[in-house]
Amino acid sequence: MFGRIFLTALAAGLLSGIFIWGAHSIKTTPLILAAEVYENQGEAVGDGLHQVSPAAPAAEEKEWGPADGFERNAYTLLSDVLASIGFAFLLTGVIALSGRHVDWRQGIVWGLCGFAAFFVSPSLGLPPELPGMQAAELSARQAWWLSTAAAAIAGLALIALQDRTVLRWAGAGLIVLPHLVGAPHPEIAPGALPAELAAQFAATTLVVTGLFWMVLGGLTGYFYNRFERS
Amino acid sequence: MNTKTLPLKDRIAVDAAHRVAPAVLALLFGGFLILGVGFAQPSTLHNAAHDGRHALAFPCH
Repeated sequence: MFGRIFLTALAAGLLSGIFIWGAHSIKTTPLILAAEVYENQGEAVGDGLHQVSPAAPAAEEKEWGPADGFERNAYTLLSDVLASIGFAFLLTGVIALSGRHVDWRQGIVWGLCGFAAFFVSPSLGLPPELPGMQAAELSARQAWWLSTAAAAIAGLALIALQDRTVLRWAGAGLIVLPHLVGAPHPEIAPGALPAELAAQFAATTLVVTGLFWMVLGGLTGYFYNRFERS
Repeated sequence: MNTKTLPLKDRIAVDAAHRVAPAVLALLFGGFLILGVGFAQPSTLHNAAHDGRHALAFPCH
């Protein structure tokens, strides 16, 4: 069983990590680079919203960051693949715990649940950020994001993986709860970043991440089913 | 273990016990990777994973 989970998560995570890196390189990284131009302009006049700024020599001397171009893309590939393998282990772990049969079709549905828990629900409170966007204090946002994702996972499990009606309602309540509490937000003041860039980034990440979870779920279902026989 | 001779209820219990440990291990490992790539604070890790963090909608900066 351990080998089956390990091989499934590794294969599905690696392939979908390469897929999302390709999609990021074509669709989202250009938007991030465009946003950094405005972000660095803001820093030049003393508006320190951002810690990393590959174009700002002062910041580069202080801390390491990959050089723009090949090196930066290589590190994005590494982080995309590692995040994807991480998501794949979570997905395979939950599928194994559920004890249910999956093939690639059901895998896509499992993947869409991952999309709901790790993108849709957190993004409703904390939309995908471009560099230079105004945001509340980092650890508060991270805590809200992680709690919201965890509540969505628990809620979806209560709705889909057990049969008691009361617990199903409790699951729905759990998904909604972080949104009633509300995500941490700063007072928004006029900023340098064009709204068009931010809107494009939000829509692009929604589509790219949705496709990623369908690919990851489909591959997880396929390999999990395939490795059962081997 | 050959579980085919056991009654259905016991077979399900053996099957579940057999599944739980590897599944929990997979969840822990997956969680560790996500926290490392998406949430770890050290600036070296942040800078390396910067574009991925933004594009996967993790909170950044």
